[in-house]
Amino acid sequence: MSFAQKSKSATVIRSSVAWLIALVMFFPILFLTVTAFKTELQAIAVPSVWFFEPTLENFTEVQERSDYLHYAWNSVLTSVMSTLLGLLIAIPAAFSFAFTPTRRTKDILMWMLSTKMMPAVGALVPIYVLSQKTGLLDTRFALIIIFTMMNLPIMVWMLYSAFKDIPHEIFEAARMDGAGLWEEFRHVLLPLGMGGIASTGLLCLVLAWNEAFWVLNLTSSQAGTLASLVASYSSPEGLFWAKLSAVSVLAIAPIVVFGWFSQKQLVQGLTFGAVK
Amino acid sequence: MSDAGLKSRLVPRLLLAPAVSTLLLWMIVPLAMTVYFSFIRYNLMRPDVTGSAGWMNYEFFITNPAFGDAVFNTLLLLGSTVLVTVVFGLLIALLINDPFPGRALVRVLLISPFFVMPTVNALLWKHMMMNPIYGVLAQVWTFFGWTPIDWMTDFPLGSIIIMISWQWLPFAVLIFVTALQSMDREQLEASELDGATYLQQLRYLYLPHMARAISVVVMIEVIFLLSVFAEIFVTTAGGPGTASTNLAFLIFTEALLNFDVGAASAGAVFAIILANIVAIFLIRMIGKNLEN
Repeated sequence: MSFAQKSKSATVIRSSVAWLIALVMFFPILFLTVTAFKTELQAIAVPSVWFFEPTLENFTEVQERSDYLHYAWNSVLTSVMSTLLGLLIAIPAAFSFAFTPTRRTKDILMWMLSTKMMPAVGALVPIYVLSQKTGLLDTRFALIIIFTMMNLPIMVWMLYSAFKDIPHEIFEAARMDGAGLWEEFRHVLLPLGMGGIASTGLLCLVLAWNEAFWVLNLTSSQAGTLASLVASYSSPEGLFWAKLSAVSVLAIAPIVVFGWFSQKQLVQGLTFGAVK
Repeated sequence: MSDAGLKSRLVPRLLLAPAVSTLLLWMIVPLAMTVYFSFIRYNLMRPDVTGSAGWMNYEFFITNPAFGDAVFNTLLLLGSTVLVTVVFGLLIALLINDPFPGRALVRVLLISPFFVMPTVNALLWKHMMMNPIYGVLAQVWTFFGWTPIDWMTDFPLGSIIIMISWQWLPFAVLIFVTALQSMDREQLEASELDGATYLQQLRYLYLPHMARAISVVVMIEVIFLLSVFAEIFVTTAGGPGTASTNLAFLIFTEALLNFDVGAASAGAVFAIILANIVAIFLIRMIGKNLEN
């Protein structure tokens, strides 16, 4: 066997294995999506049905029974607002860490990360009591604040590792030309750090959209997001798979599709400077 | 410091202030309240019983037989998921590192589970994959002539580890693939000419190059997996017994199901201590890799 032939057959084997793994990993999502278009009887058929006449009945029923759009709007609002608020607080901090580091910079960064390691459940009772006393229980405002704080350490860290790679000389040059802090920010940091800012924002959007702990514990009908809508379909209706699938597809489709399109952008900052 | 920038020393501090002060509040206020609650009698069902509790809540929480199980389950869940995702993540990343037909699509399919929210992940696996009668896995088992497994009853923690690994494996793959792309091609080719085997390349070239990426994956996963909650909440509810109860879920049970805020707060203090032990351990172990 010549070298070329050998490497060709190796590629065939390698790509088949890769495809197999990818399909296995994706299979649950595929199955969920297909089930959403079945009738309840088809959904629990053994062996699983793969060819059938698709129905939209489940989707209309989910919207009628539990007002999907209300929860979806809550999800959009809380994840977008918390991401924007987080960026607003984190960008200046990361800028300061990256370009005027002091002896304490590393320690402060580590401390910020350590707050993220404290389990949320440790803060659950106090936050619950505080929200109750201030009348913020089951409000979107409370969720926005909590999502922001929850993601802030990761945001600062990601932005810091992105900004650090911007050459200092560019800022010095800008300063020579008489640029003030705002000009530095607007004309140097923003364009050069855009990649890092975008990927930080994208990750936090995903994390906020998928957040379940605080949503399950602090909200009910008013401020509930899609995570809680899905959970409400869990227990007694356990065997109504078609409806459960429909509500799940409705809950994950926006963010999964969003993730597909932004994955290249997302990855850049996710490596936290681990990749040069 | 060396940077002449930002004129005074005041400006950089002002830029830091919002992030540092809000995070400080976010940490200190709940922490202080939790510690306070842990030393008083505070049961939502018994508003008449008040006053100092001394160490009673701590005693109550520690002597709860579920406590040891919960700590063990928390660490087992964390350890196995990290191990599974790092090992398989590296293997898959190496597999799809070089171009092949449809690589872009494979990547998209592979990373999708990362975007699935935990509640959907849990329900999807509990019902459609792991149901012992109708589930896909039961069908696979029957196809091979095996007896289908009742996952939620017989392997509750194992089932949750599978769900969480399914979610986090894509994350590891994503980071590792990106890290592999910056491998020094010339060095690889040179080592090939010198007759290095693939295993030797893995050991002496790939692994050292991946050290930082592995550290990042471990770090992020520890942050998120110490307090797994939603997956347990919607599937096993910690059971059967305490078989799949982790510390986060145990505290939740005390606080919101048994209404014993005092005991739950004592548990929270334990959770915080455990998290800090893990954090210190982690920073010692891999902190060096994260520095420049």
